[in-house]
Amino acid sequence: MEEKLKITEKSVYLNRRNFMRAAVLAGTATATSLLYRRLNPPPAERTEGEKLATATNAPKEEALNNGYAVSDALTPLEAITNYNNFYEFDTSKSGVAYAAKGFVTRPWAVAVAGLVNKPRVFDLDELLKFQLEERIYRLRCVEGWSMVIPWIGFPLQKLLEQVEPTSTARYVAFQTLLDPQRMPNQRTGVLDWPYVEGLRLDEAMHPLTILATGLYGETLPPQDGAPIRLVVPWKYGFKSIKSVVKITLVADEPPTTWNLQAPDEYGFYSNVNPNVPHPRWSQATERRIGEYGRRDTLLFNGYGEQVAHMYQGMDLVKNF
Amino acid sequence: MSDSRFGKIVVFINSLVPLVLLFWDLYHKRVGPNPLEFVTRTTGMLTLIFLSLTVAVTPLRKIFGINALVKYRRMLGLFAFFYGALHLLTYVWFDRLFNFVSMVQDVARRPFILVGMTAFVLMVPLAITSTNKMVKRLGGKRWARLHQLVYLAAIAGVVHFWMLVKSDIRLPLTFAFILLFLLGFRLFSKYAPAQPPNAGGNLFPRE
Repeated sequence: MEEKLKITEKSVYLNRRNFMRAAVLAGTATATSLLYRRLNPPPAERTEGEKLATATNAPKEEALNNGYAVSDALTPLEAITNYNNFYEFDTSKSGVAYAAKGFVTRPWAVAVAGLVNKPRVFDLDELLKFQLEERIYRLRCVEGWSMVIPWIGFPLQKLLEQVEPTSTARYVAFQTLLDPQRMPNQRTGVLDWPYVEGLRLDEAMHPLTILATGLYGETLPPQDGAPIRLVVPWKYGFKSIKSVVKITLVADEPPTTWNLQAPDEYGFYSNVNPNVPHPRWSQATERRIGEYGRRDTLLFNGYGEQVAHMYQGMDLVKNF
Repeated sequence: MSDSRFGKIVVFINSLVPLVLLFWDLYHKRVGPNPLEFVTRTTGMLTLIFLSLTVAVTPLRKIFGINALVKYRRMLGLFAFFYGALHLLTYVWFDRLFNFVSMVQDVARRPFILVGMTAFVLMVPLAITSTNKMVKRLGGKRWARLHQLVYLAAIAGVVHFWMLVKSDIRLPLTFAFILLFLLGFRLFSKYAPAQPPNAGGNLFPRE
């Protein structure tokens, strides 16, 4: 009788021990999984924007000729909205969509001032009244990847014509919103806030230079620079400043954020150029998002026919 | 099954969890628009994490007096090597498609790759000599000296990470601090002045 009792006790003990071990294994594995998920989050889901009506679209042949469209396959919306460089929200490309969720873009105004005859503050609704067009542009990031994006917007030229730049205006300076409440990563010092960019006046007046208010037929998602951003397709992506609040016409070359950050790595011009390597990597090839392997990077991102004349006689290695 | 054997299974399973989830995400195409970058980044981070865990074992043992931790050090180190190998393989296979010419050109332009490769090469002899047999063959002292290379590998790994970021150095900085602390602790406990027995408790016992 006593013997039996002992045996039962031992098996109960072993069972309990096995149970505890199973619990430890399951518990730690769950904790590790949660930690991994936390540190390496999967892409966020996208909230839909409002539909934007495009008034004009150039005929296809014509659009292909003047650079308003390219025949390359479009990058899927999922990729365009989940792979972003927008340091105001997050420095991880996959984290921007989540961090920018719910970014409030109304009310919004863009102040256009400086060397102009008619300085003016444009409300977002006024900006949306410009004749919107679809532009299918290649976007080449300085990091060595690229996309093809169907933007909706209007030529910056149209806006500048309304404020009438004076004869002394030679450059255009742009500024992103500065509001650490709404752009939480501005509380960190990863860049000098606010983000600023600049173009030469002729670059700003070029018909390919647009202010985009949407993509894929809808208003811009926050992570892509809502509600209004610059798009300059022949320059590296960081020149296409996002969430613009201020445009100033100036006489001298304005400071630009990445140039201030690392002057030897990011020049004022930053035209896409496969022959001028970044000090830390080559710019000869790029990874088109969604493709395997790499493709050759084109001079001026393939827009040479339209823009090369602006840089005639200029040393593109010196003026990188 | 003994408790230490069970402990090893727990460490082993937990170390494999990230790999399983990575494959799960790959299979379900939940790795974002640039899968190559996602996999490279993930395996690279895992390598640094496991390297940090490996060099953390001795300081943790000494600070908290949990000597049993040393039983898991080899496994953690081998996992660092394993994830490092995956990281390198991702680059060689999927980024460069085994094209060695393109690799040489790329390395010439991006020196941080060379630093990362150095870190990996430094781990190779450590992985090879990780068996009990090799410890015996080399003799404990020589083996221990050889395995101090792990610090060089970890430093090279952090430098490699630091060199590739554009401006947000917070993460590499974190790894650098962890490493500096762990390395500092080792040096301190080695060269700290002798203390009378029990005066300092067992917080920093001499080796």
